[in-house]
This record gives sequence, structure tokens and C-alpha cells, in this order.
Amino acid sequence: MAIREVLGLYRDLDSAVAAADALREAGFSRSEFEVLSNAPYPEGTFGEESGIHRLFVFPLIGAACGFAAGLLITGGTQLSFPLLTGGKPLLSIPPMIIIMYEGTMLGALIFTVLGVLFESRLPWIGRALYDPRITAGYIGILVRTAPEREAKAIEALRKANPEDILTENGTVGKQPARS
Amino acid sequence: MQERHRLGEEEITRELFRPLVTTTPMMWVGFIGLGAVLAIFVFAVSWMFYWGLGVTGLSRPNMWGFMIVNFVFWIGISHAGVMISAILRLTQAEWRRPVTRAAEVMTIFSLMTAMLHPVIHTGRPWRTLYWVFPYDFWRNLWPDVRGPLVWDPSAILTYLTGSTLFLYTTMIPDMALARDRTTGWRRVLYTILALGWRGNERQWKMQTIAGFLLSGLILPVFVSVHSIVSWDFAVSLVPTWHATVFAPYFVIGAIHSGVSAVVTLMALMRWLFRFDHYIRLEHFDAIGRLLIAVGTGWLWFFLLDIFFAIYPQEARELEIMQFRLFQWPFNVLTALIFIFGYFIPVPIWIFQRFRRNVKIMFWTSILVNVGMWAERYWLIKPGLMRKYEFTFDWNWYRPSIVELSIVLGSFALVGFLLLVFSKIFPPISVWEEKEGQHFAQQLQVGKRVVNAIVREF
Repeated sequence: MAIREVLGLYRDLDSAVAAADALREAGFSRSEFEVLSNAPYPEGTFGEESGIHRLFVFPLIGAACGFAAGLLITGGTQLSFPLLTGGKPLLSIPPMIIIMYEGTMLGALIFTVLGVLFESRLPWIGRALYDPRITAGYIGILVRTAPEREAKAIEALRKANPEDILTENGTVGKQPARS
Repeated sequence: MQERHRLGEEEITRELFRPLVTTTPMMWVGFIGLGAVLAIFVFAVSWMFYWGLGVTGLSRPNMWGFMIVNFVFWIGISHAGVMISAILRLTQAEWRRPVTRAAEVMTIFSLMTAMLHPVIHTGRPWRTLYWVFPYDFWRNLWPDVRGPLVWDPSAILTYLTGSTLFLYTTMIPDMALARDRTTGWRRVLYTILALGWRGNERQWKMQTIAGFLLSGLILPVFVSVHSIVSWDFAVSLVPTWHATVFAPYFVIGAIHSGVSAVVTLMALMRWLFRFDHYIRLEHFDAIGRLLIAVGTGWLWFFLLDIFFAIYPQEARELEIMQFRLFQWPFNVLTALIFIFGYFIPVPIWIFQRFRRNVKIMFWTSILVNVGMWAERYWLIKPGLMRKYEFTFDWNWYRPSIVELSIVLGSFALVGFLLLVFSKIFPPISVWEEKEGQHFAQQLQVGKRVVNAIVREF
């Protein structure tokens, strides 16, 4: 089923919160719209949000991979060409720990960043309604809904004094056109 | 923070993007001056590659000289980024906002400069790859992981990768802002770097969690890096190097010099980019207080190092320590380290009116780093310069003009890279400043209105 997008732009926080309330009153669920802003607001500013993520798993997986790589580099390379030096044991734990530790931390760091990108859905190369005014300080309420509910979304967004409302066909203005 | 100015969204963006769009005469002076010194650096390095290490003051047994001293120094400076960024982020210190970006960038450029030194010190840097990466798959012959010269690259590359990823992750929202405000090649660059950022709630939530997670992960790396650099020396049998106190001593020294370097950078950013609304006197006040604690910690470890060398009454250790403390030129250097590293700056920082004076903070931070550079030289050279039993060759170390040019050039390199960065990317995190404004509140307490900050966690 085709999904239509509508983006309402609001100059201040109170209007954006009112728009989110208006959408909920009009029967739109929280998963049908998202808030776009140029800086984070405290969690729950725009009402309850679906905050399920698995970011904390990524550093653990990365750490395990990094540890394994560290073990392979230290133990594996020494065993593949056994060369005793200075009477020291071939597999000497203290220096191996150093490389394994760095490997563990490197793996955790890289996987954390990959996790952040994955959970943020970045890089985003798909098409989505957006307006550069959002990074200039406006707050955007982006509704994704079925084509038959598009007019209802526009009507709800208009209740909260928007600066502009954009659809996939261009701007529809903040007030309904007079017939 | 008590002195916050209420600034509009547009005002913050315009002011923080100013270095990207305008180049002030002082910035031109910086580019040309640092560029000239950098040219001398490139010439000196090329000269050394062409004629070999004979053009330096290195000789037996002085195989490590200014370049290794400079390596340790720049690794120390690189600790500023994590100290400021990660610790202050984890503790939600509000005064971190204007300094985290610059400190993180300084970490990266200092680390890159530090890494350059052991590489060029080899005289034949293209062969250095042999030591850094496992090589020669055909014969299954690998670098010996039991040697500290393998630990070093592993720690530094981990730190460099982690710091770069940390910086980039926190820069993505600002890249989107730049993308929406620029045209031409800049727009293409920012569009690629922004990765399609749109600023929805989920992305902001991930950004906030990433700040905490990456801070928590990079802190143990930060501690390990200078510890491992210290083990380059401590696992050897050279008297006064062979000390168990070296790891924490090096780490606290790195924090002392690194945080001082952040003060230098804060003052320069305030003067060069006119960021008075962002880098405020209260920030110098806060970092000055931090430096009193860090400086005193460093002094304690400095004295412990001397104490541990003297206490066992071992003849070789005593001989080097006597050389360090009482013989020219190291006796003068000892006094200089004490005076510049502690006895001038720390008593000054005790007074609030001095901590809130940008010029005084700038010059005291420079003094600390002069003292800290001298400290690294003082730590490394006397142990090597001593004549050992069965030493067939012995000489003093006298740095040549090539090495002096390399040391001077390394400062120009970091400065030049920082200037170039601030011409392409905002040197203060714009979104974090705006977040600070969103979370700022004014509270009426009795007859007084005070500024307060909303905290989520």
C-alpha cells in the first residue's frame, strides 16, 4: 500500500507539541508521525515515543570480535613461527593481554559507531519529505500515512498554527484555500 | 552555568559558522606564519631522509632524541580531548559544550603528529610498515608481540580510530546543518558527511546514548595509551626508566599538559573567532580549578619518581638521579620543570580573579607546556647519556638544527591543521550549544533569578 507523507513546520516548541496532540486526537498513532528538530529535546517532550533499540548489544559483539582478533594476532602469530627469545615463554600472557585489550576496545568502539548508525537508520538515501528550515530552528512534524488519511493529517497539523505544510506535491499552505 | 547569554537559534548558527565563511586578518597571519614554519619542517625532514640520521644529534648511546621526546609530548597533549570530552560528558558538566569539539580535534591532530615522529625517526619511514603490521605472509614470520614497539602502534591506532569515530559521530548533526546552508563543493562534502541526517527523535536519542557509550569506552583506551607509551621506557633496563610508577606518572603528566593545551586553545579561539558568548570566563574558571587538582597530582607523581629512584640506594639509579638533579644542564632543567610546571601556574590559579583572566590563563598554560616538554626531555635523555660498563662508545646529545626545526614544525603542523579544520567544520558543536539553550531555565529563588539547567539522567 502506498504511503503518503505530510510535513508540518512549526516555529516554536509549543505549536509543535500542540500539533502532536492534534494528530493523536485525530486518530494517528505515535508510529505514524515523527518529530524533526535541530537539537535534542528531553525525552517525552512530544509525548510517548517508541524507544526500543539494541544499541547496547553492538559494543559487546564488537568487544568479542576484537578480543578474538587480538588473541589470533598474539597467540596465532607466535605459534605459527615459534621463535624463543631471551628464554621467555612463547605465549607470554602479560604482553598478549596488552594487544588483546586494545583489540577488544577497538572492536567495541567500531561496533558502537556502527550500531549508532544502524539504529539511527543512517546512511539514509531514501526519499523523505524534509525542509532546510528544520536545521534553522523550525520543528517539523512528519506524518506517514495512507493516501486516504492525508487530508485528515493536514487538517490536524493546521490546528496548531504551522508556518507551512508540505506534501509530496508541494506546499499546501498553513490555511485551507478559499473556494 | 551562571553567565549564560540567551541566544537565538539563528544567532548561534551565524556566530559559530563565522570562521567557515569569513577569514579574518588574524587567521591569514596564522595560515601564513604556520605555513612558513611548516615548510621549514618539511624541508628539515626531507633533508634528513636524503642525508640520513647523521644530520641529527643522534649518536651512540643517544639513539633516542628530540623526536622521541616530541612523540611523548604530543601523545600527552592528545589526552586533552578525552579528558575534557569524555569525562565531562559522562558527568554531564555543562561547561563542556564549547570546548569538546576543539579538544577532540586537538586529540586527533596531536596523535597524528605524535605518530609521525617515530616514523620519521627511523630515517627510512617506508620500512616502518614492517613493524606496524604483520608482514611477509609467505614465510609466516611476524612481529614479536612481546616487544613494546608493537604495543605502541596498537594502542595509538586504537586511540586514533576511537577518537576519530567519536568526533565524527558527534559532528553528524552539524554536517546536516552545514549541508542545508551551503552550495557548491561544500554542499557536496557536507551532504556526504551528514549521511542523510534529518534530526528525528530516534536519531537524537542515539546521538545522546552514543555520547555516553563512546565516552565510557574511550576512557580506558585513553588511560592505556600513555601507560603503554611509558612502558616503552619502563620495560627496558635503563636506570631511572625502569620504574613501576611510570604508567600513572605519564598519564597524569599527559592530563596536565593536555588540559593546559585546551586552555591555550580556548583563549586562541576566543581571540581569533570572537567566541566570547560561548567560551566564557566561567569556563576558564572551571578548567583552572580542574588544573589545580591535576597539576598537584602531577607534582606528587613527579616527586614519587625521584623518591623511588633514591630509596633503593642502587648505585646506577643514584648516579643518574644525581646527574639529573645536580649537574648542568639538567639541574637547570629540573628547576625549570618545577617552576614552570607547578610553582608559577598553580599558585596563580588558586585566585579566582586570575582564573577569570584570559591572558593570564593563556600564558600560564603555555608555561605548563614548556615545563612539560622539558620534563619529557629530562625523563628520557639523562638515562641514555650515561656511560655504562662495557660501553665502547659514549657521547653527549646535542640536538642539531634539523631536530630543532622538526620540534618547532610539529607545533606549526598541529596549529595549521586546527586552523584548516575550523575553516571547513564548525570548531564548536552547534547542536550541543543549541541543546544547552533548550535545557536552560531561569528560576526565581527568593528575590533573585538564577540560571539553571534541566538534566535528563
